[in-house]
Amino acid sequence: MSDTTLAAPILRPGVTPPPRLMRPSAGMFALYVAAGGFFLFSLQGSDISVRSFVEGLPNMARLVGEMFPPSLARIQSVGVSMLETFQMAFAGTVIGVILSVPLAILAARSLTPHIGLYYMARWLIALFRTVPDLVWALFFVVTVGLGPFAGMLTLVVDAIGFCGRFFAEAMEETDKGPQEALTALGARKSGIVFSAVLPAAMPSMINSALFTLEKATRASVVLGLVGAGGIGIELKVAMDLFQYDQAATIIIGVFLLVLVVERLSSMLRQRILRQST
Amino acid sequence: MTVASVARTGKPRIAAAYAAAVRRPLDGVHARSATVAIELSIDNLRKSYHVTTTILDGVSLAVPSGQAVALIGSNGAGKSTLLRCCLRLIEPNGGSIRLLGQDVCALDQGALRRLRAQIGFVFQRHNLVGQLSVLSNVLHGAQSRISGPRGWFHFMAPSALRDEAMHCLDLVGLADFASRRADQLSGGQSQRVAIARTLMQRPRLMFADEPVASLDPSAGEEVMELFAELIRQQGLTLVFTSHHINHALRFADRVVALRGGRIEIDAMSASLDARDLRGVYE
Repeated sequence: MSDTTLAAPILRPGVTPPPRLMRPSAGMFALYVAAGGFFLFSLQGSDISVRSFVEGLPNMARLVGEMFPPSLARIQSVGVSMLETFQMAFAGTVIGVILSVPLAILAARSLTPHIGLYYMARWLIALFRTVPDLVWALFFVVTVGLGPFAGMLTLVVDAIGFCGRFFAEAMEETDKGPQEALTALGARKSGIVFSAVLPAAMPSMINSALFTLEKATRASVVLGLVGAGGIGIELKVAMDLFQYDQAATIIIGVFLLVLVVERLSSMLRQRILRQST
Repeated sequence: MTVASVARTGKPRIAAAYAAAVRRPLDGVHARSATVAIELSIDNLRKSYHVTTTILDGVSLAVPSGQAVALIGSNGAGKSTLLRCCLRLIEPNGGSIRLLGQDVCALDQGALRRLRAQIGFVFQRHNLVGQLSVLSNVLHGAQSRISGPRGWFHFMAPSALRDEAMHCLDLVGLADFASRRADQLSGGQSQRVAIARTLMQRPRLMFADEPVASLDPSAGEEVMELFAELIRQQGLTLVFTSHHINHALRFADRVVALRGGRIEIDAMSASLDARDLRGVYE
């Protein structure tokens, strides 16, 4: 076995390695201390209690015990709600992704036809992204009524908020070379966008769209809690009526649905990215 | 570096040849200019970035129809900037450019687009859309002639256009690669597809910015020979930049050497040899 250690060379005077750690500036040090202090303050604000957690452990065990074996009594109705949940997620994602493309073009600094439209598009996307799903769900339940349509609209808004931003960033990050080549040969702006920018951004956009579908599938479960359709309402009723065995069936169903969507989207991603146009 | 400073470097043969080249009159060019239309005319072109970095410092050049001109010079000499200014891919700061009889700096966006459509431009990095097929990339050359989705992707294009794109691919020897993704090609194949894309434009004049710089010597030689042959067959005017002195002498009728944003040598290649031009890089 050969000796892989090297003898340390003797450095000439004045040549020294840089310090392993840099001493922070006074401002950065104050920032670290402030962040640490705020973390402790946040723990206090969250009513952290080890005692409550330990006392809650038997209850958790009892609840899980009551969930098993899961009940198949309402399996048909749960299946229908599950399908409705995925329908909401799929329709909301597809519509949201389609609407995101033009909005993302406006929100990409290098592609937008006017800086005013750029700020307007960015502001709209930020609004859709920063307001939580449940707030949008409540808004649509009030405006269009209870049911899956309100849920689907919520998921459309959610998809635009997510995809709008990531599509715009993907477009901005594409190689400028092909765009310059098309500009040089006299292509119109629309030609440059559709034949150079979008194909180059497509792998990243497909990733974002499929991730949005996974996210929407998970989100659509929760939307039912505020009356926006889907399996969520079934789960809430089961929990409210202490039918934990039925709740377990729903939770397992949701788990399987999300798992299948994730696996399918992963397979689809690989397949689409290998094709050429 | 001036002629005098070249002479001080202790390389008398090169310095003498270089000084002779700088002084050599452009008899051939001027005689030809009197009878042949000037396709590219640049007068006192200036380009600088910020206040301090001058890239082009009063470049003047006239290229008659059918002539092949090589622009040589070290990195930062202004070769690529000069070509890009001609199509206003970079906006010049001053001077004038007349291309195919039009004042480039005075054109609005629509007219500029129509002018660009008549000029082929081969880039150093090929600049293909890697995610698209070779055929779609070639088809993009027709985008100025055909608007909308029919010019974006080959499956939407009219049959006549697809056939024309296949013909251009055949000219560069890549007809069998039509449905392959552009990012699966070798460097030499990519550049040949980029040449096919410019042929699809049916150009009147061709620019090439170091077309073989990113290729290995063997592929570079092959691509440059093919490119020059196609240009010759089509009777096009060509302006290309290169670091290869032998390419400049072999493939160009005329060599223009830039240094520090100014033209230092402008002579017919038949009257030059490699020693004349090495001084530009010293």
